[in-house]
Amino acid sequence: MPEPLLRVRGVRKLFPIKAAGWRTHAQRVVHAVDDVNFDLGAGEALALVGESGCGKSTLALTLLGLEPLTAGSIRFEGQELAGAPPEVWRLARRHIQMIFQDPYESLNPLMTVGEIVAEPLQVHKLATATEERRRRIMAALDDAGLKPAQHFMRRFPHELSGGQRQRVAIAAALVLEPRLLVADEPVSMLDVSIRAEILNLLADLKVRRQIAVLFITHDLGTVSAIADRIAVMYLGRIVEIGAVNDVLTTPQHPYTQALLSVVPAPNPRLRRQHIILQGETPDPVNLPAGCRFHPRCPVAIARCHQVDPVLQAVGAGHAVACIRTTELRTNTL
Amino acid sequence: MPHAILDRPPLLEVSHLDVDYVDPPHPPAAALRGITFTLQRGEALGIVGESGCGKSTLMLTLLRLLPAAGRIVAGSVRLDGVELLDLDARAMAALRWKRIAMIFQGAMNALNPVRTVGEQIAEAIRRHEDVTNRRALDRRVSELLDLVGIAASRREQYPFQYSGGMRQRAMIAMALACSPDIVIADEPTTALDVMIQAQILQLLADLRRQLQLSILLVTHDLGIVAELCDRVLVMYGGVMAEYADADTIYNGAAHPYTQALLQAFPDPTQPAQKLAAIPGAPPRLTDLPPGCRFTPRCPHVFARCHTAQPPLYAVTPAHQASCFRAETTSGGAHA
Repeated sequence: MPEPLLRVRGVRKLFPIKAAGWRTHAQRVVHAVDDVNFDLGAGEALALVGESGCGKSTLALTLLGLEPLTAGSIRFEGQELAGAPPEVWRLARRHIQMIFQDPYESLNPLMTVGEIVAEPLQVHKLATATEERRRRIMAALDDAGLKPAQHFMRRFPHELSGGQRQRVAIAAALVLEPRLLVADEPVSMLDVSIRAEILNLLADLKVRRQIAVLFITHDLGTVSAIADRIAVMYLGRIVEIGAVNDVLTTPQHPYTQALLSVVPAPNPRLRRQHIILQGETPDPVNLPAGCRFHPRCPVAIARCHQVDPVLQAVGAGHAVACIRTTELRTNTL
Repeated sequence: MPHAILDRPPLLEVSHLDVDYVDPPHPPAAALRGITFTLQRGEALGIVGESGCGKSTLMLTLLRLLPAAGRIVAGSVRLDGVELLDLDARAMAALRWKRIAMIFQGAMNALNPVRTVGEQIAEAIRRHEDVTNRRALDRRVSELLDLVGIAASRREQYPFQYSGGMRQRAMIAMALACSPDIVIADEPTTALDVMIQAQILQLLADLRRQLQLSILLVTHDLGIVAELCDRVLVMYGGVMAEYADADTIYNGAAHPYTQALLQAFPDPTQPAQKLAAIPGAPPRLTDLPPGCRFTPRCPHVFARCHTAQPPLYAVTPAHQASCFRAETTSGGAHA
């Protein structure tokens, strides 16, 4: 099997907490990302789903080299990036681009759209000839759906709607002709009517330009429009991973089932029985013993307090980290 | 919603409300035109629309908290039969929070960071009611926190010690401080995770039942409206696009804008679907298209749509839509 575009193995990111007083010696750590593994192929989209604090954004930052890894391996186009020198990272980042959540804050208000999209080329010292640069900027704006491109070149972010701003951010990523787009909640600040446009644009870039997309979100409702596969994260771990269809239609992990049950149904006739988990994701400093999900799990049994489950295949490309999977599945059949 | 409830005189009755924003020497911008709806005791009404559709202006008008440039040009807002637009500032202030309270958007920033949550809830009570007995006040704060699912022991904590969901609960406790009849919830779950959103919606549903509370839920998200509301008012460019019970809105929408909003909504149980985006952007109030405000984005435009804003047609007695296509089904009956 050829090596995938991105190969993530045993990735771990721990943040040491500064001791409260000078006499405290016990070093405490936040387990932000704890042994994450997945592959991502060219032109494939993986949705990384979980609540605030599950580690999904930290994982994105490590993939861009913006947070050094504590352990593990990240191979991009066959090149090992973990512990690689800055020159290697700089080169890789040309092909791994990020889109942030809030287009009201991620764009420099003093720069025109043309300047914002030109900046990545300057940073990477690409397309230094004026004509060539202009051509690439126009092409990127066009690909991001800002048409006609010359109409937007001299505009400032405040003249644009939220959806248009997010398209500018996407154009600034596309201008480098990336192979991987990391999109961290790219639509959560946008109105529902605009969300569909941006999701469709990303889905289209994936197919047409063979760009891989890592789509990070807390909302399982938005993933079906773009993702091929879904990885559900809880407290730094992937608890379920599989094809979109499998995870959305036959979720196996109790956490995935709960997350899916609370996605608002688009019709009062389809109101689902909600599995509302109480409280919030626990403190990633003092991790629960056994399964990390057991304190909030509606089907936890005594053994869940002791056994830390690992991902196990339940179908083709579908894996779940729960010791009760088989048992619960037979019961419902 | 059962007809028995609809037959009672409404708690809140808004009719033919027009609001302008003035900015001389420019001509005034028509922020709201002809807004007409009722709210019954215990009813949850969803007010839905994109950014700039006028839903926030409507909420501020009901509370008479419009910014200086806002002008109520025409219409009526009656609470239990009393005309709110005629009240002087003092009478309105006496009624605000005691009868109509509001849960503001962005709980992260709406709380005072240097005062404890308990103090801030106590302040909401003290400002609007004559409670001087310290012990009675304390008891009321504890009751309110309990009502929204926060342990009374956390009253002495500061907002930064609360998670996002707990801050939103504290905001709800504050809105309930004076036992209002109506709570306006402006995007109460924006910026919250779906699980926390579900907790907050559940809480609002419970409070509504427990306290016979009327809720005006203002949002751009038809999903959370489907979870909570009996009736839905869809707004577009400052006018009513459609107004009906929730089931009709989701299963028999007559306005192309409502239909488009529904198609833009992802349904996770239908993984293969392609989302239908609504092309273009909502109109600017200072630059409204001639005729129907939705024409630039509407898939069903015909010549007449460019000539006049369609009136609200009564598709059925309890279902209104402002689209010429609804004229035939309504037999031309204006709402």
